[in-house]
Amino acid sequence: MPQKMNIVCVSGMRERLQMAAMIASVAAAVGDEVSVFFSMNALPPFLKGGTPANAPAEGEFGALIAQDGVPPFRQLFEQAVELGDAKLLPCSMAMDLLKITEKELPAHFGPPTGLTRFLSDAEGGQLLSF
Amino acid sequence: MAEKVIDARNTFCPGPLMELIGYMKRANLGDTLELLSTDQGSATDVPEWIKKVGHEMVSTDKIGDVWHIKVRKVK
Repeated sequence: MPQKMNIVCVSGMRERLQMAAMIASVAAAVGDEVSVFFSMNALPPFLKGGTPANAPAEGEFGALIAQDGVPPFRQLFEQAVELGDAKLLPCSMAMDLLKITEKELPAHFGPPTGLTRFLSDAEGGQLLSF
Repeated sequence: MAEKVIDARNTFCPGPLMELIGYMKRANLGDTLELLSTDQGSATDVPEWIKKVGHEMVSTDKIGDVWHIKVRKVK
Protein backbone atom coordinates (compact mmCIF):
# COMPACT_ATOMS: atom_id res chain seq x y z
CA MET A 1 0.00 0.00 0.00
CA PRO A 2 1.54 3.35 -0.96
CA GLN A 3 2.63 5.62 1.84
CA LYS A 4 1.27 9.14 2.07
CA MET A 5 3.81 11.94 2.24
CA ASN A 6 2.40 15.37 3.01
CA ILE A 7 4.54 18.46 2.98
CA VAL A 8 3.67 22.00 4.09
CA CYS A 9 5.85 24.80 2.73
CA VAL A 10 5.67 28.26 4.23
CA SER A 11 9.26 29.42 3.94
CA GLY A 12 10.53 31.16 0.83
CA MET A 13 14.16 30.42 1.66
CA ARG A 14 16.02 28.50 -1.01
CA GLU A 15 17.38 25.70 1.16
CA ARG A 16 13.97 24.89 2.61
CA LEU A 17 12.25 24.86 -0.77
CA GLN A 18 15.09 22.74 -2.12
CA MET A 19 14.77 20.14 0.64
CA ALA A 20 10.98 20.09 0.32
CA ALA A 21 11.35 19.59 -3.43
CA MET A 22 13.91 16.82 -2.98
CA ILE A 23 11.67 14.95 -0.57
CA ALA A 24 8.60 15.46 -2.76
CA SER A 25 10.36 14.21 -5.89
CA VAL A 26 12.08 11.22 -4.30
CA ALA A 27 8.94 10.15 -2.41
CA ALA A 28 6.89 10.46 -5.59
CA ALA A 29 9.57 8.51 -7.45
CA VAL A 30 9.20 5.52 -5.13
CA GLY A 31 5.43 5.53 -5.46
CA ASP A 32 4.34 7.44 -2.35
CA GLU A 33 1.23 9.60 -2.63
CA VAL A 34 2.69 13.06 -2.29
CA SER A 35 0.83 16.27 -1.54
CA VAL A 36 2.56 19.59 -1.03
CA PHE A 37 0.69 22.56 0.46
CA PHE A 38 2.26 25.92 -0.46
CA SER A 39 1.41 28.91 1.69
CA MET A 40 2.82 32.27 2.85
CA ASN A 41 6.34 32.94 1.60
CA ALA A 42 6.51 29.66 -0.28
CA LEU A 43 4.01 30.79 -2.95
CA PRO A 44 5.69 33.87 -4.48
CA PRO A 45 8.67 31.90 -5.89
CA PHE A 46 6.24 30.07 -8.18
CA LEU A 47 4.36 33.01 -9.65
CA LYS A 48 4.39 33.25 -13.43
CA GLY A 49 4.31 36.49 -15.33
CA GLY A 50 6.64 39.15 -14.10
CA THR A 51 9.55 37.81 -12.10
CA PRO A 52 8.87 34.97 -9.73
CA ALA A 53 10.23 35.88 -6.32
CA ASN A 54 13.79 34.86 -5.81
CA ALA A 55 14.27 32.29 -3.11
CA PRO A 56 17.07 33.84 -1.09
CA ALA A 57 19.79 31.72 0.45
CA GLU A 58 19.40 31.21 4.18
CA GLY A 59 23.02 30.20 4.76
CA GLU A 60 26.16 28.98 3.05
CA PHE A 61 24.46 26.05 1.48
CA GLY A 62 22.23 28.33 -0.55
CA ALA A 63 25.15 29.28 -2.76
CA LEU A 64 26.15 25.63 -3.20
CA ILE A 65 22.71 24.61 -4.42
CA ALA A 66 22.60 27.46 -6.89
CA GLN A 67 25.43 25.93 -8.89
CA ASP A 68 25.23 24.04 -12.15
CA GLY A 69 24.35 20.42 -11.77
CA VAL A 70 22.02 20.84 -8.82
CA PRO A 71 18.44 20.37 -9.97
CA PRO A 72 16.51 23.58 -9.15
CA PHE A 73 13.57 23.20 -6.75
CA ARG A 74 11.00 24.36 -9.31
CA GLN A 75 12.17 21.61 -11.66
CA LEU A 76 12.09 18.97 -8.92
CA PHE A 77 8.52 19.88 -7.94
CA GLU A 78 7.50 19.65 -11.57
CA GLN A 79 9.20 16.26 -11.88
CA ALA A 80 7.37 15.08 -8.77
CA VAL A 81 4.13 15.82 -10.61
CA GLU A 82 5.18 14.36 -13.98
CA LEU A 83 6.94 11.26 -12.75
CA GLY A 84 5.03 10.51 -9.58
CA ASP A 85 1.62 12.21 -9.68
CA ALA A 86 2.41 14.50 -6.77
CA LYS A 87 -0.16 17.18 -5.98
CA LEU A 88 1.08 20.74 -5.55
CA LEU A 89 -1.65 22.66 -3.77
CA PRO A 90 -1.63 26.41 -3.31
CA CYS A 91 -3.19 27.72 -0.11
CA SER A 92 -6.41 29.57 -0.92
CA MET A 93 -5.93 31.96 2.01
CA ALA A 94 -2.45 32.95 0.85
CA MET A 95 -3.73 33.42 -2.70
CA ASP A 96 -6.43 35.76 -1.40
CA LEU A 97 -3.92 37.79 0.60
CA LEU A 98 -1.51 37.96 -2.34
CA LYS A 99 -4.46 38.80 -4.61
CA ILE A 100 -3.59 36.13 -7.15
CA THR A 101 -5.54 33.58 -9.12
CA GLU A 102 -4.67 30.16 -10.55
CA LYS A 103 -3.60 31.88 -13.75
CA GLU A 104 -0.57 33.28 -11.93
CA LEU A 105 0.60 29.82 -10.89
CA PRO A 106 2.17 27.09 -13.06
CA ALA A 107 -0.16 24.72 -14.90
CA HIS A 108 1.13 21.74 -12.97
CA PHE A 109 -0.12 23.22 -9.68
CA GLY A 110 -3.46 21.91 -8.43
CA PRO A 111 -6.49 23.91 -7.39
CA PRO A 112 -6.50 26.41 -4.50
CA THR A 113 -6.96 24.37 -1.36
CA GLY A 114 -7.90 25.09 2.23
CA LEU A 115 -6.35 23.59 5.33
CA THR A 116 -9.44 21.62 6.31
CA ARG A 117 -9.30 19.67 3.09
CA PHE A 118 -5.53 19.33 3.11
CA LEU A 119 -5.38 18.07 6.69
CA SER A 120 -8.25 15.69 6.16
CA ASP A 121 -6.56 14.21 3.08
CA ALA A 122 -3.27 14.04 5.00
CA GLU A 123 -4.71 11.78 7.69
CA GLY A 124 -2.85 8.55 8.12
CA GLY A 125 0.26 9.81 6.37
CA GLN A 126 3.39 11.65 7.38
CA LEU A 127 3.42 15.42 7.50
CA LEU A 128 6.59 17.46 7.19
CA SER A 129 6.86 21.23 7.23
CA PHE A 130 9.39 23.62 5.79
CA MET B 1 16.16 -4.88 -26.95
CA ALA B 2 17.38 -1.31 -26.86
CA GLU B 3 20.24 -0.12 -24.71
CA LYS B 4 20.43 3.52 -23.81
CA VAL B 5 23.10 5.46 -21.95
CA ILE B 6 21.96 8.35 -19.75
CA ASP B 7 24.76 10.74 -18.95
CA ALA B 8 24.01 12.36 -15.60
CA ARG B 9 27.61 13.03 -14.68
CA ASN B 10 28.21 16.22 -12.72
CA THR B 11 24.62 16.47 -11.63
CA PHE B 12 23.64 16.09 -8.00
CA CYS B 13 21.03 14.12 -6.12
CA PRO B 14 18.25 13.58 -6.95
CA GLY B 15 18.99 14.64 -10.54
CA PRO B 16 20.42 11.30 -11.76
CA LEU B 17 17.53 9.32 -10.28
CA MET B 18 14.94 11.68 -11.80
CA GLU B 19 16.62 11.41 -15.21
CA LEU B 20 16.61 7.66 -15.01
CA ILE B 21 12.95 7.54 -14.06
CA GLY B 22 12.01 9.80 -16.95
CA TYR B 23 13.77 7.50 -19.42
CA MET B 24 12.35 4.38 -17.76
CA LYS B 25 8.84 5.68 -18.31
CA ARG B 26 9.49 6.08 -21.99
CA ALA B 27 11.46 2.84 -22.43
CA ASN B 28 10.00 -0.43 -23.69
CA LEU B 29 9.78 -3.63 -21.67
CA GLY B 30 13.11 -5.39 -21.73
CA ASP B 31 15.13 -2.28 -22.55
CA THR B 32 18.36 -1.75 -20.63
CA LEU B 33 19.34 1.70 -19.44
CA GLU B 34 22.83 2.61 -18.29
CA LEU B 35 23.07 5.59 -15.99
CA LEU B 36 26.41 7.39 -15.70
CA SER B 37 26.73 9.31 -12.47
CA THR B 38 29.44 10.99 -10.40
CA ASP B 39 27.06 11.41 -7.48
CA GLN B 40 27.67 8.93 -4.68
CA GLY B 41 24.12 9.12 -3.35
CA SER B 42 22.76 7.91 -6.65
CA ALA B 43 24.87 4.76 -6.51
CA THR B 44 22.75 3.66 -3.55
CA ASP B 45 19.51 5.47 -4.42
CA VAL B 46 19.08 3.87 -7.82
CA PRO B 47 19.23 0.25 -6.61
CA GLU B 48 16.77 1.21 -3.82
CA TRP B 49 14.37 2.62 -6.36
CA ILE B 50 14.75 -0.38 -8.63
CA LYS B 51 14.01 -2.72 -5.74
CA LYS B 52 11.03 -0.69 -4.55
CA VAL B 53 9.43 -0.38 -7.94
CA GLY B 54 10.29 -3.88 -9.16
CA HIS B 55 12.67 -3.51 -12.11
CA GLU B 56 15.88 -5.45 -12.60
CA MET B 57 19.29 -4.32 -11.34
CA VAL B 58 21.74 -5.54 -13.98
CA SER B 59 25.07 -4.23 -12.66
CA THR B 60 26.84 -1.40 -10.87
CA ASP B 61 30.46 -0.65 -11.68
CA LYS B 62 32.66 2.22 -10.68
CA ILE B 63 35.16 3.18 -13.36
CA GLY B 64 37.40 6.02 -12.18
CA ASP B 65 35.04 8.59 -10.67
CA VAL B 66 32.01 7.46 -12.59
CA TRP B 67 29.37 4.94 -11.57
CA HIS B 68 27.90 2.93 -14.42
CA ILE B 69 24.56 1.65 -13.23
CA LYS B 70 22.71 -0.71 -15.55
CA VAL B 71 19.03 -1.44 -15.06
CA ARG B 72 16.41 -3.26 -17.08
CA LYS B 73 12.75 -2.39 -17.41
CA VAL B 74 10.77 -5.51 -16.58
CA LYS B 75 7.29 -4.16 -15.97
